[in-house]
Amino acid sequence: MADAILQVRDLSAAIEEGEILHGISLDICPGETHVLMGPNGAGKSTLGHTLMGNPVYKVTGGHIFFEGEDITELSSDKRAARGMFLSFQNPLEVPGLSVETFLRGALRKKTGRPVRILKFKKELAAALDLLQMDASYAERDLNVGFSGGEKKKAEILQLLILSPKLAILDETDSGLDVDAVRTVSMGIQEYQKRTGGALLVITHSTRILDSLKVDRTHVMVRGKLVAEGDASLIDEINREGFEKYIAMRGGEA
Amino acid sequence: MANRKVADIDRSIYDFRYGEEDFYRIQSGLSPEIVEKISREKHDPEWMREFRLQSLEIYNRLGVPNWGAPIDGLNMEDIATYVRANTDMKTSWEEVPDDIKNTFERLGIPQAERESLAGVGAQYDSELVYHNVKDEVAAQGVIYTDLESALWGEYGQMIRDYFMKVVPPTDHKFAALHGAVWSGGSFVYVPKGVKVDIPLQSYFRLNAKGAGQFEHTLIIVDEGADLHFIEGCSAPKYNVANLHAGCVELYVKKNARLRYSTIENWSKNMYNLNTKRALVEEGGIMEWVSGSFGSHVSYLYPTTILKGDGAHCEFTGVTFAGQDQNLDTGAKMIHIGRDTSSFINTKSICKSGGVSTYRSSVEIRRSAEGARAAVSCGSLMLDSISRSDTIPAMLVETDKADVGHEATIGRISDEAVFYLMSRGMEEEEARAMIVSGFASDVSKELPLEYAVEMNNLIKLEMEMG
Repeated sequence: MADAILQVRDLSAAIEEGEILHGISLDICPGETHVLMGPNGAGKSTLGHTLMGNPVYKVTGGHIFFEGEDITELSSDKRAARGMFLSFQNPLEVPGLSVETFLRGALRKKTGRPVRILKFKKELAAALDLLQMDASYAERDLNVGFSGGEKKKAEILQLLILSPKLAILDETDSGLDVDAVRTVSMGIQEYQKRTGGALLVITHSTRILDSLKVDRTHVMVRGKLVAEGDASLIDEINREGFEKYIAMRGGEA
Repeated sequence: MANRKVADIDRSIYDFRYGEEDFYRIQSGLSPEIVEKISREKHDPEWMREFRLQSLEIYNRLGVPNWGAPIDGLNMEDIATYVRANTDMKTSWEEVPDDIKNTFERLGIPQAERESLAGVGAQYDSELVYHNVKDEVAAQGVIYTDLESALWGEYGQMIRDYFMKVVPPTDHKFAALHGAVWSGGSFVYVPKGVKVDIPLQSYFRLNAKGAGQFEHTLIIVDEGADLHFIEGCSAPKYNVANLHAGCVELYVKKNARLRYSTIENWSKNMYNLNTKRALVEEGGIMEWVSGSFGSHVSYLYPTTILKGDGAHCEFTGVTFAGQDQNLDTGAKMIHIGRDTSSFINTKSICKSGGVSTYRSSVEIRRSAEGARAAVSCGSLMLDSISRSDTIPAMLVETDKADVGHEATIGRISDEAVFYLMSRGMEEEEARAMIVSGFASDVSKELPLEYAVEMNNLIKLEMEMG
C-alpha cells in the first residue's frame, strides 16, 4: 500500500468527555471509493472531522499519512492545501461572504496564483448548472438561508470547484429527497470523472451509493472498524442491518 | 507567521510621523489669552472672536460627561489646541512641502483624487494644507473650500447663519471646546438642483504630539441637490494623549440628498470626542456610513434631526475595538416631521480586551405622526476577554408611529472557523473573512477603494495582538 493516498494507522481520538475513536486503520488509494457505514453515534463523523483536523477532536494515538507524509499534527488549512476536502453534514453559515468570493479565495489559496476571473466564472456557472442550482446562488451569502438540500448541493459545488485529491463526504445524502440525492450523486460522479479523486463516503443509508462504483466498505461500531469488504457488504447491510456488527462490539450501538 | 510581515508594513501606512521643528505651536492648555491668540493667528472676523470667547466660558461652566468610557487620561492642560505647519494652503499638489506631501502620498490621497474624487481637502494638524476641486464641479457652482477663507468671502454671511447652529456650544463640554478653538475643516455648498456625481473628500491628519485637532465641517446641500462627502482621519501613535474634538454640521434642504462616509483610523492614544449632526428638511435624505477603527476612547453618535415631513435617514456603522480601546459609538435620530423614517444598522466587533458599546437613541416627537423607525445592531466578540454592550433607547411620544428594534450579540464560532480552514484558509484569514462578512453591511455601502481599505483594516486588526 505504498501508493495509498490516505493511510490511517491505529488512530484514536477524544473529546473532553472521553475517547471516541479507538485504533482506526484504513488505506485509500488514488481514485478509490470507500464507504464508511455504521449505526448512529458510531463515530463516523468524528473520523471524518479528525482526518480533516477539527481541533475539537484531539488525537490521542496513531497517525494519519497523506501521500506518504505524516499530517497528524497539521492544521486543517494545511491538509486542505495538500488536497483533502470534507463535505460537512451541517455546513456553517457565513453572513456577508458570498459563495463566489469565498470560492475564489479558496481557489487562490489552493493554486497560490490569482484566479483567472472569466475562466472561474464559467466553471462556477457550469457547476451550478450541473447541480441544478440557480445562477443567483453565486451571489448569495455562503449557506445563509439555504435549505438543508441547498447546503448539501453547495458543498458539492465547492468539491467541483476545488477538485481535491481526496474528498470525505459526511452524510451528504441525509435529509435529501430522491431527486436531490440524484443531483448530488451526479455532482460526485462528475468530480471523480474529472479529477480521478478518491472518496470516503460516510453514510448510514445507501441511496447515495447506487450510482457510485464502490471499491471498499468499512463498518464502524462504537469507535472501531469491525468489518471490511467489497461493495457486496453494502447489500448485506441493506438486508440485515447492523445488528450482527453491534453484537461484535458487545451488543450496544 | 508569514503574514505578520504584511501587517507590519501595512501599519506603517498610518504610523509614520514627521518632525515639527519649524511649526507654529501654541502653548498647551486653555485660557482666554490662548483663545485670543488663536483667533488672531487665524484672522477671525470680530463675531468669530467673540464666539470663541463665549464658547470658552461655556466650556469652563460645563462638566465632563460621566456616563461613558473614562476620559481621565485626557488633561486639557497638556493639549496644544493649535499647531500650524509653516505653509499656506496650496491648490497645487507640487507646492505642498515635502514631508507633508509624503504623508498624504503614503495615505494614497492625491492618487485617490486623480482616480475618483471631485475634490479633495487635506488637513495637517490644525490647518488645511491642500485644497482642490475639479473644474467641472466648480463650474456647477459647487463651493468646496476651507472654512477660514470662506468666512471672509461671498459666503461669509451664510457661514455666520449656520455655524454651530445645529451643534451649539452649549450642547456639551467638548462642543464648547470646539467652539473656542476650532481650526481647519471644510465648507461645502451645493446649489439648488446640482447633483455632484463623484464624491468630495477631506482627509484629516494629526501629526503633532500632544495636540488637539478641532476641524469644523459645514455642509449645506440646497434644495434638490445631491452630494457624497467622504471623510478620512488618521494619526501616528504617540505615548501621550491626543485629542480630536471635531464638529460636523450638515444641512440637507428640501428634497436634497447627502451621503456622509467616514473611515476613522486614529492612533490608539487618541481621545476621539467628535460631534456630528444633520438637519434634514422636507423630503430630504441623509445617509451616514461610518467605520470606527482607531482611537483609545471614542464618543461618537452622529445625530439626525428629521425636521421636515417625509425626511429620511439611514445610518450604517461598524466599530472595531481592539486592545486598549474603548469605543462608545452609535447614532441618534430625532423625528419631528410627519412620515419621517429612519433606519439604524450597526455592527460592533471587539477583540483582545477591547470594549465596544453600542449606544443609540430614537426619539419620535408627538408631531411625527406616521413616523417609522427601525434599529438593528449586532455584536461579535472574538474572544472571552473582550466586552460588548448594547444600550438602545427609544422615546416615542405618538402612538401613530411604527418602531422596531432587534439586537444580536454573539461570539465568533469555532466551527465556522474550522469550516473555512477546511477549505484552505489559514486561521487568521478564516477569522478575518467571518469578521469582514459580519461588517459587510457597511463595506458594501462604501466606494470600492474605501471598502478595500476597510477590509484591510479588519485584516490588520485581526493580525495584531
